[in-house]
Amino acid sequence: MSTGAVIIGAAETDRVGKLPGHSTLMLHLEAAHNALADAGLSVHDIDGVAGVSAPGPLAVAHALGITPAWLDSTSVGGTSFLFHVRHAAAAIAAGLCTTVLITHGESGRSRVGAPSYTRDPGSMPGQFEAPYGIISPPTMFTVPALRYLKDTGTTQEQLASVAVAQRRWSARNPRAMFREEITVDDVFASPIIAYPFHLLECCLVTDGGGALIVTSAERARDLPQRHRPVHLLGAGEASDAPLVSQMEDLTSSRGFRLSSAAAFEEARISVDDVDHLMIYDAFAHLPLYGLEDMGFVKRGEAGAFIAEGHTSPGGSLPMNTNGGGLSYTHTGMYGMFAIQEAVRQLRGEAAAQLPDPKVSVVLGNGGMFMAAATLVLGSDAVD
Amino acid sequence: MSASTKALPTPTPETAPYWEGARAGELRIQRCRACTQAYFYPRPYCPQCGSADVEWFVTSGRATLASYIISERAAPGFDAPYAIAIVELEEGPRMMTNIVEVEPTPERLVLDMALEVRFEDRGEITVPVFAPAGQAVEA
Repeated sequence: MSTGAVIIGAAETDRVGKLPGHSTLMLHLEAAHNALADAGLSVHDIDGVAGVSAPGPLAVAHALGITPAWLDSTSVGGTSFLFHVRHAAAAIAAGLCTTVLITHGESGRSRVGAPSYTRDPGSMPGQFEAPYGIISPPTMFTVPALRYLKDTGTTQEQLASVAVAQRRWSARNPRAMFREEITVDDVFASPIIAYPFHLLECCLVTDGGGALIVTSAERARDLPQRHRPVHLLGAGEASDAPLVSQMEDLTSSRGFRLSSAAAFEEARISVDDVDHLMIYDAFAHLPLYGLEDMGFVKRGEAGAFIAEGHTSPGGSLPMNTNGGGLSYTHTGMYGMFAIQEAVRQLRGEAAAQLPDPKVSVVLGNGGMFMAAATLVLGSDAVD
Repeated sequence: MSASTKALPTPTPETAPYWEGARAGELRIQRCRACTQAYFYPRPYCPQCGSADVEWFVTSGRATLASYIISERAAPGFDAPYAIAIVELEEGPRMMTNIVEVEPTPERLVLDMALEVRFEDRGEITVPVFAPAGQAVEA
């Protein structure tokens, strides 16, 4: 099955990492121009724009000189771009617009022209989480992990092996920020940030951006087609709690489960059909939850699966092949980069290219297990 | 208290009874009269059945340690290391908190250990925290 939508343009900013000379808006615009060039299109071909506030699609559209007939500013954290892809496919199918530009830019490290992080002390997180010395994701997103480790029998060595496996991929990626291979002992020797998490089990904080152009498979045939289109075979979205303490189950993400089930059903695929997998990795426990919640392994098996190398180069389920948020880049909202790597793999353009993958699955996380979306992408349309 | 540099909540109309309870030394949460579900965080409709027939009640203050981290980085008003935890109340709901009156080490903080509520005076606001059960309340 297919949604009928295709990704015909995909690009990141010229560089990712430390970009103190780029404002947040400039990262959006550079990524947008790169994606348009990648697709062989101009701003006049775009009639729909999506992005996270702030600056949001209205500001990006105006800065680029686009007059959109459709806008989507769904902002549910780092998975938002997966939501935008799904929403764009639906809007195109409904005839609301024909060609959608989705942009991301975030000066996560340099904080140039960046929106404020301050949290309203009257909001529910402001009232019931912030007073306990929770100042950032490392002291919030990490809190459920000990319960997961205990209930599933997963070891701290296996948690550390997530970071080890991803370095094997980033070592093959010249754009990655961290490229030296590491061992479990190296992870344990890095500073403890929030027990049981060490520095190397926490994501990078970088500057960068990316953009996508989505249209219908039908329209794509009339466009320049600089690259073979990547087909959106299925997608799903879901939410859980806005406070991590209130997530339905501390050891399993409702968003991961529901969004992946919906996406797999729409695409009419099973886990056995997946050649390549991207699981949003703000912290090392996310791929463990993701592998289990999506059904790639049984409960309690994800740690051993990764530690044994099955997601590493040469393994049966190549995962996070750009090095992930732990080693490649993580601007704060990483989902755009996970989609970009899936597109590169399906086009055959990745730094650590797999042999002819046909189906790639991207699982995005937003907030602290707050929201999730899954995309099933294919190199070919499936009837 | 020296803790006044810690982040303070701004109570809202639907949460005011919770913060007034903490001020009075009570951990108050809500439950649904229609389906009996106890729930947290405060809101005027039952998240299980949707009923508006909900009431406040005083919990036992007993809980167990569901999960936690030990932060090695200071936060405003918090010297590292300190424990940020999710506890499960005897009545069912979970909440975020700090674990106090115990050394914040993996050896002393054991999952599922019994806890009981304490109330931390932060000046204009009192914040519920939790301590290992059965210890004498510190003056």
